[in-house]
Amino acid sequence: MAEMSVELVAVERRLWSGTASFVVAQTTEGEIGVMPGHEPVLGQLVEGGIVKVTTTDGDTITAAVHGGFLSITHDSVSVLAESAELGEEIDIEAAKQALGAEDEAERARAAARLRAAGQSA
Amino acid sequence: MAQLRELRSKIRATKSIGKITKAMELIATSRISKAQARVEASRPYAGEITNVLSALAGAAANLDHPLLVERPNPGRVAVLVVTSDKGLCGGYNANALRATEELLSLLREQGKDPQLYVIGGKGVNYYRFRGREIAGSWTGFSQQPRYENAAEVGEALVQAFLAGADDEGASPGADGVLGVDELHIVYTEFRSMLTQTPVAKRMAPLEVEYTEEQPAEGILPAYDFEPSAETLLGALLPKYINTRIFAALLESAASELAAQRNAMKSASDNASELVETYTRLANQARQAQITQEISEIVGGADALAAVGSDD
Repeated sequence: MAEMSVELVAVERRLWSGTASFVVAQTTEGEIGVMPGHEPVLGQLVEGGIVKVTTTDGDTITAAVHGGFLSITHDSVSVLAESAELGEEIDIEAAKQALGAEDEAERARAAARLRAAGQSA
Repeated sequence: MAQLRELRSKIRATKSIGKITKAMELIATSRISKAQARVEASRPYAGEITNVLSALAGAAANLDHPLLVERPNPGRVAVLVVTSDKGLCGGYNANALRATEELLSLLREQGKDPQLYVIGGKGVNYYRFRGREIAGSWTGFSQQPRYENAAEVGEALVQAFLAGADDEGASPGADGVLGVDELHIVYTEFRSMLTQTPVAKRMAPLEVEYTEEQPAEGILPAYDFEPSAETLLGALLPKYINTRIFAALLESAASELAAQRNAMKSASDNASELVETYTRLANQARQAQITQEISEIVGGADALAAVGSDD
């Protein structure tokens, strides 16, 4: 099966890197699904979006991504995020509390975190 | 008698100071590796954002974003200084501030009016004590900077920069806000555990380099842009400035810790040297005291014997 290398980097650390067969992300223009051999695209990601990566082993990695860019070349995908969290690292309780926050951006982030963690927001 | 007691209390005091400085040295040492790891961890993002930016710059038809364009007559310019919040780190702050002063006088020579933006309590105190005007200051994160801190600083600076686009000389332009025409940063680069050098760099307007060379990975692919290249560039450039500031903060944090470690190491060395000197003096004093006591006893006994033989 065709594969592409995927880098998921946040400002403070590299979240994940490896090979994958499918990536889904939301740009400001709409949702984009990427398979190996996609034409090169640079996109701006929405605030409080999630990125789903299907690895070559068949696992699915979900991350909540806040403010960032997506760079796709023929055989690689890089997701650059100001801050990002892997689904398994997310503190669900804290995110649920943040849902009631005053700030709208804060609420959107919390919702994305919950979705990434597999909870319905 | 009194001298011996004095020396002993000095030895005790020096020993306890030495213990404290030794502990601080060890703490700084353990934190340096963490700080260095954070510098390392931030590299992938910095590398990727530079790649994306060069791809954009290659594709965008016109590079006329305000952050990329040199202003014809730069008047007010912003200088961001990164210092530490606490002292006890040798010449770290003094060096950074000296480099800043050099930059300031250079800018003044060029007919520009530098505005100070300061990070770290020590820098704020330095300028406040001298009655210099500070345009903006941030404190409380010099040893463990987070990206949010850098973003906050970056936002303020980029805003001032963008507001400066329409200034006419000393009067604010249409937006009524006095902005700046250039952004400079002074931070301390971490060369090694023993050397940290202050460096001054210009952050904006960014210098655009046109190279004929092919990039190492071959020709950059022709990208599609979502949204348009110009919009993306507008969103990306402020983030790029934030990343530059964040990298500078991380470097400075590592340098601060290394400077602290060196300062505390020489303090501990001096303390143990002092203890040795004082111990030697104390021993000498004790010996002198014993000798004096013996000669007093012998003298007393002699005197008594002389009195007794007279009877």
